[in-house]
Amino acid sequence: MKPAPFEYRRPETVEEVIHLLAEYGDEAKLLAGGQSLIPTMNFRLAQPAMLIDLNTVEGLDGLDAGDDGSLRMGAMVRQAMAEKSALVAERVPLLAETLPYVAHAQIRNRGTIGGNLAHADPRSELPAVMLALAASVTVRGPDGERSIGARDFFAGFFETALEEGELLTEVVLPPAVEGGGQAFLEVSRRLGDYAMVGVAASVVCDGAGRCDQASIALLSVGSRPMLAERASACLVGERPSRATVVAAGHAAGNQDIDPPADMHASVAYRRRLATVLVRRALTTAFERAGCVIGEGAS
Amino acid sequence: MGAHPHVGAGVLRNEDPQLLTGRAIFVDDVHLAGTLHAAFLRSDFAHGRLLSVDTSAAKRREGVIAVYTAEDLGDYWCHGPLLVPPPPIAGLTFNTATLVPLARDRVVHVGEPIAVVVAESRYIAEDALEDIVVDIEPLPVVVGLEEALAPDSPVIHEALGTNVAAHVVQQKGDYEAARGDAHTVVSRKFSYDRGVAGAIENRGILADWNARNEELTVWDTTQAPIPIRNGLAERLGLLQSQVRVVAPFLGGGFGPKMMMFYPEELLIPWISMRLERPVKWIEDRAESFFATTNERLQLHEAELAVDSEGRILGVKDVFLHDSGAYDPYGITVPINTQCTLLGPYRVPNYYSEFTAVFTNKTIVTPVRGAGRQHGVFVMERLLDFAAKELGIDRVEIRKRNFLTPDEFPHDHEILFQDSAPLVYDSGDYLPAMEKAAEMIGYRKFLDEEQPKARAEGRRLGLGIVSYVEGTGIGPYEGARVSVEPSGKVQLATGVGTQGQGHFTTFAQIVADQLGVDVTDVHVVTGDTREFSWGTGTFASRGIVVAGSACHEAAIVVRKRILSVASEALEAAEDDLELADGVVRVKGSDLSISLGELAVRANPLRGAVAAGAEPGLEATSYFGPARGTTASGVHAMIVEIDPETLEVSIQRYVVVHDCGRLVNPVIVDGQIHGGVAHGIGNAFFEELVYDDQGQLLNASFMDYLLPTATDVPHMEVAHVETPSPLNPLGVKGVGEAGAIPVGALYAQALEDALQGAVEIREIPLSPGRLFDLVQDAEADS
Ligand SMILES: Cc1cc2nc3c(=O)[nH]c(=O)nc-3n(C[C@H](O)[C@H](O)[C@H](O)COP(=O)(O)OP(=O)(O)OC[C@H]3O[C@@H](n4cnc5c(N)ncnc54)[C@H](O)[C@@H]3O)c2cc1C
Repeated sequence: MKPAPFEYRRPETVEEVIHLLAEYGDEAKLLAGGQSLIPTMNFRLAQPAMLIDLNTVEGLDGLDAGDDGSLRMGAMVRQAMAEKSALVAERVPLLAETLPYVAHAQIRNRGTIGGNLAHADPRSELPAVMLALAASVTVRGPDGERSIGARDFFAGFFETALEEGELLTEVVLPPAVEGGGQAFLEVSRRLGDYAMVGVAASVVCDGAGRCDQASIALLSVGSRPMLAERASACLVGERPSRATVVAAGHAAGNQDIDPPADMHASVAYRRRLATVLVRRALTTAFERAGCVIGEGAS
Repeated sequence: MGAHPHVGAGVLRNEDPQLLTGRAIFVDDVHLAGTLHAAFLRSDFAHGRLLSVDTSAAKRREGVIAVYTAEDLGDYWCHGPLLVPPPPIAGLTFNTATLVPLARDRVVHVGEPIAVVVAESRYIAEDALEDIVVDIEPLPVVVGLEEALAPDSPVIHEALGTNVAAHVVQQKGDYEAARGDAHTVVSRKFSYDRGVAGAIENRGILADWNARNEELTVWDTTQAPIPIRNGLAERLGLLQSQVRVVAPFLGGGFGPKMMMFYPEELLIPWISMRLERPVKWIEDRAESFFATTNERLQLHEAELAVDSEGRILGVKDVFLHDSGAYDPYGITVPINTQCTLLGPYRVPNYYSEFTAVFTNKTIVTPVRGAGRQHGVFVMERLLDFAAKELGIDRVEIRKRNFLTPDEFPHDHEILFQDSAPLVYDSGDYLPAMEKAAEMIGYRKFLDEEQPKARAEGRRLGLGIVSYVEGTGIGPYEGARVSVEPSGKVQLATGVGTQGQGHFTTFAQIVADQLGVDVTDVHVVTGDTREFSWGTGTFASRGIVVAGSACHEAAIVVRKRILSVASEALEAAEDDLELADGVVRVKGSDLSISLGELAVRANPLRGAVAAGAEPGLEATSYFGPARGTTASGVHAMIVEIDPETLEVSIQRYVVVHDCGRLVNPVIVDGQIHGGVAHGIGNAFFEELVYDDQGQLLNASFMDYLLPTATDVPHMEVAHVETPSPLNPLGVKGVGEAGAIPVGALYAQALEDALQGAVEIREIPLSPGRLFDLVQDAEADS
């Protein structure tokens, strides 16, 4: 369990990182918290010839409030730092609620927000949160900077919209909306494990108590985190009730997803978990949005 | 001296200051100048013909010192010893296939070592592994137990012509006749799987051949330093006095570190002798899943014949046992299953037949519990099903069948793993069951709590099961007690240790005899230079066998102290007392310290009387004719989420009987650790092999050990039924906690699911429970 030989650089600016990436091309790997990359290298599943350490790069660990109520998080913000941040708790309660589910405290001390998103593990919690909140990521490369919406960023199994030579520098979380409520839930084998299924739900209710928007992001149900569109359709424009959240759960579990089986969960079990978790998460999210869930027929 | 002030007290552990401050030495902490590092090339195939191994590129890599394959070993290559020959059971079939140091011609499991690289660093050694070109022609793989026995199955060991490792029938009475008289017979199929030991410290070896002194020192993570020393000396053509094996602190062993020999254990010393440099190999976690022995599946077809009151008339059990690719440990695991199945019950007629099967998987040897889990599961489940069928309460059916104190010693008329008859020494099972039922609130739960929860849509379930555990078997252990001029006591034993608290419990036993503080008894174990005779720490035997040897040696030293003191103090021995490190004339100020007595016993002038020995020292050995029988009852309450099938343990109760408690804190610790192991086995851990014999979850990412958040607080109580087989009245406890947990989960979950499913398998998981419930719904 020792990595293959590699070279190592500690650049200090984003420009230097971009230069190094240009020079070494796909021989190079960026090192953030190392919590996913180093194990892969130790198993020799990844054998990068060049390791570019982001830990010494300036300007990647900011946690700033935008005037519009948004939140900008540098790629190198440690998961633990975000977890403990009062600003995150205030502006993006869903993220604060979710972070304790990401791995274990020791791993969150090193693991970064950017590394987690760039890794694009379909079982990861944070990509689902970004989807549910319609966040965007900022990336920089030889041609400058661009912003990519979460929907487009998570392109596939451990795959993102990052082009060769680019790095992720920042995540931008949009401002909270009046009448909004969110919730995160997952079922994992043990605390800190990747979930068998997880859901990040974000709803917005209008003044009349109708559901205006519902973003329901699921993780561990396919090759990338996904939005359960049919489930949303059960809710938008409706007055939330026991019946609508039950229907949304069923739509998510039985129509929206085509989940894989693995040694921890069969397809049918994943469908069951998605059905139940979506219903439960929505119930909580609507409550938090100040929307009373009517009994309705179920 | 009062009666045993230390034995029975929960004194703090002597070894903890070292362990808790990180000063304790483990094998990988030993750093010798000039050490080389070894890495092993292991087979990627579960079964294949090894056509060629080309190491030339690896040898050319900078920093590589040597590369060895089977061919390079010359005469040193041979099959390892049969560590535990099977007991002399009539009609037994036993086919031996012991492992080899490096594969030659054939590989029989994934991870079997093929070549070893020795380099200036482990990094270089691992780089060089990628330079080696191996040509293996894959052969059809034997994975399933039933498939392995099919006439058209590929055969793993061609010379044997069969995949049968052993076939054993043991019986008592006449089961078929008993079945004929039965009111009810319940028969079921069961499958019980187990996994790795999961010691926090993997295996490791550092060998240092000193060519000038012609001495070999080997630091080894072994539970059996003396047998390893003896075996290495023999294989390497050295005197035992030229070989020193040190097993320093171990980060857990749990059985697999009791093997002899692992290929690495045999090769690293040999390489050190050839290269005349220290050579180290530390197993990494990924290798450990393949290279360290583990336990696995048994498939049982069993039946229980009872009368109308639920009294057992007989049990029949026929099972298959997975031996893995070789069987150096004989039939220890399945015979434990066979013997432990009988439990605390009166079973007048028993028919048990097993077939141990070779498969293309890692070798199976004992892991904490060592097959006992499987047997307990079968018996407890059968009792549960019988109780249900007869409408008898599950606690009641057990009580009706418990052996009573007047039935001991109880002869089960079959042979145990140590070749001795399976005779229970002592036991009193009813009080333990009653205590456990009371502690868990059995009646109140069934009458009030469970119905109330059900009315609220919550699913609570209770489990309560019992078991016995054969512990403390021979052949022997020894101990040497010496009082030094400082007044401190040195206690050396050869048993080896793996973290159980031997530095404290053995000290307590000696301190009581010598009237000294526990902290003044310095225990040395796991170093063959300090004590030359012994076997090892396994089978829950340390306190029984080595502890008794410590006790005997301390008694002899005590006598010598009294005799020297009687002369020094001019008082009769009967008038002397030992306490606080001095010998005192009772009722007076007249005293002499143990240190002074030690000097007097080893004088520079004058003469040691003829026939006497110098010093205050004695060595004793203890070899019990057969083992002691510990027992226990576990009970728990679980809640299961009816939708997600997630399970949480609300309460966990253990009532255990390991005879006299030497140190209740340490005993509770053993039980806590055992239960954690059991929870892992029942609900988290599983070695998942595909049909090509590839292990799909060889990392702690997917092989799930229970963590602190999965293991509940345990309420532990004790019943003390002393063993008549040793002077201390003790029984073993090391494995106890792990044994009944599978049976407990099955009963509790079934109860929580209101009988929607019948659970006949371990391990379980939320996903598996979901599938079982779905299947049951589809069936009905
Ligand atoms: C035992 C364990 C349990 C875990 N459990 C979970 C869990 O339950 N949920 C979960 O979400 N995660 C889990 N993780 C993963 C953890 O969250 C990682 O920290 C995270 O996925 C990667 O972040 P990192 O900063 O460590 O990135 P690294 O490991 O350093 O990098 C990961 C990948 O991202 C690339 N990368 C890093 N930063 C950038 C950047 N700025 N721009 C472009 N590419 C970049 C790297 O090149 C690499 O390919 C677990 C990890 C472990 C070890």
